[in-house]
Amino acid sequence: MDNTNQMTLEFESRSQNESFARTVVAAFAATLDPTIEELADIKTAVSEAVTNCIIHGYPDKIGTITIRCFISGNELTVEVEDYGVGIEDINKAMEPLYTTRPDLERSGMGFSFMEAFMDELEVESVVGEGTLVRMRKRIGKQAIKGYTQQTG
Amino acid sequence: MQSGKRYIKPDVSSGKEGTTYEICHRCLIIRVNDELDHHNAVRIREKADKLIDRNHVKHIIFDFSGTDFMDSAGIGVIMGRYKKLVFIGGKIAVANVGSAIDRIMRLSGLYKIIEKYDTVEAALQNLK
Repeated sequence: MDNTNQMTLEFESRSQNESFARTVVAAFAATLDPTIEELADIKTAVSEAVTNCIIHGYPDKIGTITIRCFISGNELTVEVEDYGVGIEDINKAMEPLYTTRPDLERSGMGFSFMEAFMDELEVESVVGEGTLVRMRKRIGKQAIKGYTQQTG
Repeated sequence: MQSGKRYIKPDVSSGKEGTTYEICHRCLIIRVNDELDHHNAVRIREKADKLIDRNHVKHIIFDFSGTDFMDSAGIGVIMGRYKKLVFIGGKIAVANVGSAIDRIMRLSGLYKIIEKYDTVEAALQNLK
């Protein structure tokens, strides 16, 4: 019996939805029995991606953000997509500490945090059409390398 | 010159206690009491900057006893206040930092420029 699941969530690019989005993804990921730290990792990565949609994807208006989550075995995939401004130079955008919005006190660490807390990170973007961030994380005791197996 | 303690009415618009602000001598104590994401960082920035400008604040203590989540927006608001105060010799401190917040702080390198204390009182002692 394979362990697969998926969900799609759509919401407005309002900052009050950042918490809501984190909570939804964490609740969906809960079926993989993650540790508290793994859940914190996922919530932080989702928070960074959603915030980027709000601040960079839709700087002057309210748009739609779509989150899709997929579970396959012990792997969680999270896609965060906006249909906004898009990224001209993805490599530059992903450079640590690089930000186009220092006026908003953006630290430029969003992508670095996503990379640190998830196992894989892909970014697709077309200027004028939007941006899709796809992140994957393997969750659970089997995923932890170098730790002794728990008995029972 | 303001001295002594002042209590600023808490922002209770959300129904729960929310972030509270207190000024003690020239220290602004921000008890975050919430997740520190972009949404809350913006509100804290606006409120804190008004208080800093009107009350000759020199130091800021962030009390994270009610906070179990922070992302890079939290780093941004702390950094922003640091930049604002560093030129007048001000310092930023964090207190009651739980493991989740500590992780983010360490990853961001913020401990190079801000000090961590176990309690707000300890921070106040060191910042006077």
